[in-house]
Amino acid sequence: MPHFDLTLLLTGQYRDWLLAGLRLSLELTAIALVLALPLAVAVALMRLSPVRLLRAIGLSFVEGIRNVPLLVHMLFWYFGAPELLPESLRQRLNEGNFEALSAIVALTLYTAAYMSEDIRSGVRAIPTVQLEAGRALGFGYLTNMRLIVLPQALRIIVPPLISQTLNLWKNTSIATVIGVGELMYQAAKVETASFRSAEAFSFATISYLSVSLIITGIAAWYQHRHPLRTA
Amino acid sequence: MIVLEQVNKWFGRYHALVDVSESVSKGELVVICGPSGSGKSTLLRILNRLEDIQSGRILIDGQDIYAPGLDLNRFRSYIGFVFQQFNLFPHLTALENCSLAPMRVHGLSRSAATTRAMELLERVGLADKAGAYPAELSGGQQQRVAIARALAMQPPLMLFDEPTSALDPEMVGEVLLVMRDLAHAGMTMVCVTHEMGFARDVADRILFMDAGQVLERASPAEFFQRPQHPRAQQFLADIRTPFAEKGI
Amino acid sequence: MKELIERYWVYFLVGQYPHGPLGGLALTLLLAASGLLLALPLGVLLGIARLSAYRWLRWPVTALVMTVRGTPLLMVVFWAYFFLPSVTGVRTNQFSTMLIALVVFDGAYLAEIVRAGILGVPKGQAEAARSLGLGVPGALRFVVLPQALRSMLPSLVNQFASSIKETSLGYIIGLQEVSFIASQINNLELTKPMPIYLMLAGTYFLLCFGLSRLAFWLDRSLGVARVSRAAAVRAT
Repeated sequence: MPHFDLTLLLTGQYRDWLLAGLRLSLELTAIALVLALPLAVAVALMRLSPVRLLRAIGLSFVEGIRNVPLLVHMLFWYFGAPELLPESLRQRLNEGNFEALSAIVALTLYTAAYMSEDIRSGVRAIPTVQLEAGRALGFGYLTNMRLIVLPQALRIIVPPLISQTLNLWKNTSIATVIGVGELMYQAAKVETASFRSAEAFSFATISYLSVSLIITGIAAWYQHRHPLRTA
Repeated sequence: MIVLEQVNKWFGRYHALVDVSESVSKGELVVICGPSGSGKSTLLRILNRLEDIQSGRILIDGQDIYAPGLDLNRFRSYIGFVFQQFNLFPHLTALENCSLAPMRVHGLSRSAATTRAMELLERVGLADKAGAYPAELSGGQQQRVAIARALAMQPPLMLFDEPTSALDPEMVGEVLLVMRDLAHAGMTMVCVTHEMGFARDVADRILFMDAGQVLERASPAEFFQRPQHPRAQQFLADIRTPFAEKGI
Repeated sequence: MKELIERYWVYFLVGQYPHGPLGGLALTLLLAASGLLLALPLGVLLGIARLSAYRWLRWPVTALVMTVRGTPLLMVVFWAYFFLPSVTGVRTNQFSTMLIALVVFDGAYLAEIVRAGILGVPKGQAEAARSLGLGVPGALRFVVLPQALRSMLPSLVNQFASSIKETSLGYIIGLQEVSFIASQINNLELTKPMPIYLMLAGTYFLLCFGLSRLAFWLDRSLGVARVSRAAAVRAT
């Protein structure tokens, strides 16, 4: 086995590739997160709605997405979805970065499905007696929500949401399959070009671990600052 | 049988046992009573090292239980411990609960262990429930199986940590009966209990504890009729007339 | 869509078998099941080690588990596929590579499930076992683990569903599991990607949704059994 030499990565083309990959992974994570959160809230509200049809739609969304692997989602949006689009739109998409777009759609939907469940659990965890207590004190519905339910629900919801963000970060690696040039793709590219699997993958592994550590650290900090206080 | 010399125990900064020096003779039944948080359970649990002490000595049958080279498991197997919550193993039948340790710790064959377990279940009056799982037994029955399980190891000493506190009132009697028979058969027993009737009728000696210290030691007659320490007097008064005006 | 099914259903289910290696849905299930079966003992060992009183055991294992959980599964697959052969000199095939990756990855996740399961057994059980002289290994073997594993059953079923989804990564290294087969079918047909990938998604959905319902039912029946027995006891 050739000597392990990380300096190979410190300059030149390989370093550029890997850094570009890391950057794209971070961008994918950020964009998908920003898009997934509101979608997750909407789906959670649908599942909590008194309207049966909305609940059914929410349930179908969540179960339909969660039970299919992310890889298949990516393949579907990249290969399958264009079939439904008119030719003109298809051409316009192909000129742009369609791979990244498909990846973002897949990641957003997948993450939103998981996040909506965490949000729903959080809201449901607030005992209805809390709402009743608020009403007994004379609070209206909105004030009740704002002062009593939401602050408590947020504390329950945020840790699992951070955990889902961690999963999102790791899931960006799957975009490799449709040719998105994120970190994993670039690491494999460096390996193919240089036959230095250890160095390339060490860089990727350390990058993934570092960001994972940061995200986990944020979770720990949040739980320290806002501990769950039960009655 | 048991000798405690200047035993001290802390939980963090909380001084749970303060300079405790006591002894228990062979064949004695000693009842430990006192208000909650007085350290009664802790005193019991240090005897089989479920909790450890920070200073002092404990000798059981002449053996220093903190001597290096002591086989802790073997030592524990010779002290029977009965818990307030019974702690029967839910995935095993009553018989299996009683035969597990004799087989795995004392190396008995399956048939010898089973025979011994059946004898003990008969002794506590539950031979017909040998094949039942703990979930199918009432609280009183579970506790009696727990006593049989402890006895299966043929211990010279039995410790009882509030054995009837978790039971519905009508089941307390059946457990106390088993304990009384055990005492009359000559077993050395130390019991933490709130059952004052049992203490008065069966105990040889009563230790009253408060705030980690043993404040009074007396025979049952002396303790219940002429308590010496003011805290003991207060304790007994609270038990007898719980709704009395304080200070009168 | 009907003709697609008629033409390719065998290929989809078993790949090129018997004219080639096993593939398709059969391979997916075989890989997921073997992976989980092998990962379970590893997970139990790691979970117990995570709870060990000995620091020299607890810290390295915790570090290992945390590292594996902080990296994507694909990273573990790539390490196994590209790096392992250069170190061991043995060139493993795609199936073995995926199996190794799954066992390591799922083992680390199972370690956490096992740890939670063990911590979920009431403390009094271990105390009673130790009071009888069983010691920590005896208490684990005869009292704590049997109860922990029973309570973990719904989680294990969910983990099996996850393993089935994880096998899809074999696509990237050319393993002929069901996603790869679907893409091959797409390459043959070229004009019908939507129904092909919909059917692929549907297949996973049926499997994983079914398993999650099973886990839910298991969880409920275990909990209900506990509650009804307790009620029966109180009634006597």
